Amino acid sequence: MTDIDNSNINITHLARLGRLAIAESNHANTTQELENIIAMIDAMQSVNTDGIEPLSHPLDSEQLLRADVVSESVSRETFQKDAPRTEDGYYLVPRVVD
Amino acid sequence: MNWESVIGLEIHVQLATNSKIFSGASTSYGAEPNAQACAVDLGLPGVLPVLNERAIEMAIKFGLAIGAKINLHSVFDRKNYFYPDLPKGYQISQFETPIVGEGSIVIALEDGQERTVGITRAHLEEDAGKSIHDLFPGQTGIDLNRTGTPLLEIVSEPDIRTSKEASAYFRQMHTLVRYLQICDGNLAQGSMRCDANVSVRPYGQEEFGERTEIKNINSFRFVERAIDYEIGRQIDVLESGGIIERETRLFDPDRDETRSMRSKEFSEDYRYFPDPDLLPLTFSQALVDKIALTLPELPDAKRARYIEEFGLSEYDARSLSADLDRSDYFEAVVNTCNNSKQATNWIMGDLSAYLNRNNLEISASPVSAQQLAVLISRLDDQTLSSKTAKALFDGLWNKADSEQSVDDLISEMNLAQVSDDGELTGIVEQLIADNPGQFEELRNGKDKMLGFFVGQVMKMTQGKANPQQVNEIIRAKL
Repeated sequence: MTDIDNSNINITHLARLGRLAIAESNHANTTQELENIIAMIDAMQSVNTDGIEPLSHPLDSEQLLRADVVSESVSRETFQKDAPRTEDGYYLVPRVVD
Repeated sequence: MNWESVIGLEIHVQLATNSKIFSGASTSYGAEPNAQACAVDLGLPGVLPVLNERAIEMAIKFGLAIGAKINLHSVFDRKNYFYPDLPKGYQISQFETPIVGEGSIVIALEDGQERTVGITRAHLEEDAGKSIHDLFPGQTGIDLNRTGTPLLEIVSEPDIRTSKEASAYFRQMHTLVRYLQICDGNLAQGSMRCDANVSVRPYGQEEFGERTEIKNINSFRFVERAIDYEIGRQIDVLESGGIIERETRLFDPDRDETRSMRSKEFSEDYRYFPDPDLLPLTFSQALVDKIALTLPELPDAKRARYIEEFGLSEYDARSLSADLDRSDYFEAVVNTCNNSKQATNWIMGDLSAYLNRNNLEISASPVSAQQLAVLISRLDDQTLSSKTAKALFDGLWNKADSEQSVDDLISEMNLAQVSDDGELTGIVEQLIADNPGQFEELRNGKDKMLGFFVGQVMKMTQGKANPQQVNEIIRAKL
């Protein structure tokens, strides 16, 4: 799905996507670690999987379904105790505008 | 240069389930902020999603209605992105294997021509919450009630060529999901929203131009306006030597323009992967077959039947079948009064006008289908004239009581036509005595005078005389 290979790891971009603060001094280090992971994936890619259906889940089982009934009652107060800021029932975050 | 636009729509349909797609929280609209966001919706540690079977059934129903391949095996994936109204940091969606595969839908254009628009796929996913930017100074309020509401995202092929076709397609899809009763179709509440992918190319060129995506359009009118603006903008950019950048844009209905939404350095990279919390979704062909049996008569079939069975014009048939509530009302009226022509005229005419003026949906009509049917029957048996029928309709509207007997109201409002020969003959004789000159002219063949006498009788009976009968009485006197 992704087409990253060892030659084009952009650590700044990846850190931003993952919302990770990676110190400049650690960039080389982290890049090396990622390269090692990709090398491992490359090794797996070399296994011949011709004629094998892709597996989307390791468990050989099927999705169970639930009936369409409202079964949860929500205690907003309890949930909002853990939130840094709330007001009038809303969770508040720093202003985000696209 | 002549340009051709190429348009594809992604329509998000909120499925009308009681509970959310992966949790047992309620989906009802308009609750207090965050009163319907449970632990699963909030993405709290340790929770697991459990799939709602009704959402699956609705997706299958839709797939069958557009003649699509139903995938008996499909997979849920995580679409990763950061936004405060997406607490988990990913949206559960379907990427490589959607539940509904390729299908198509026929749309009708204003000139009556039809076009087939291909559907690439339709997949299930969860809706995100809402960000409120204008309520708290310097901060954004987050309401997660909508989080986890089941969505069916319907992706069209780039088969659409004009903004008018785009809105016709959006409307047709609205009609269809209402018929299937898988969505309440309430655009104002966001039950259906669409994104439009728009590009332009020199006329005759085969390959597509670079496209932009306009997000979150929530009305039939805005679809047209947003696309028109975007086509114009792209042509301007290209004709002045610029290039179109692939980007996401937002339509601003107040200023009638689209503007760039995400900074370009920040390219979208959703890093889809199968959600390990959810097993693959597998169901049997038997379930699909069972759901196929529940499919209602679809809009195209209903329209054809109206033409065939009731002799309606193409236009009337299309208009009456375009909305499920409207067609139900129409059929209820016809079933009682057996006069499809009058039923059509009243529903498309007076009833629509009254509803529009009062901003009401037909499902909330103060005049019931039953009452309108009796009104039409009283026209048919000549108890009412077209004039008194309108007065009666107004009376029924103002009473707004479905229990009100129509016949009682006719007496109460004294609207029945005077069809007593004796009474009418008396009036005619009196008129002839009062207007001997005019009567002489009529006798001498001046047919215009007939109108004068009939008009006088109508005036004296406050419109309640049967004009045809009056005609006959006067002619008998000649």
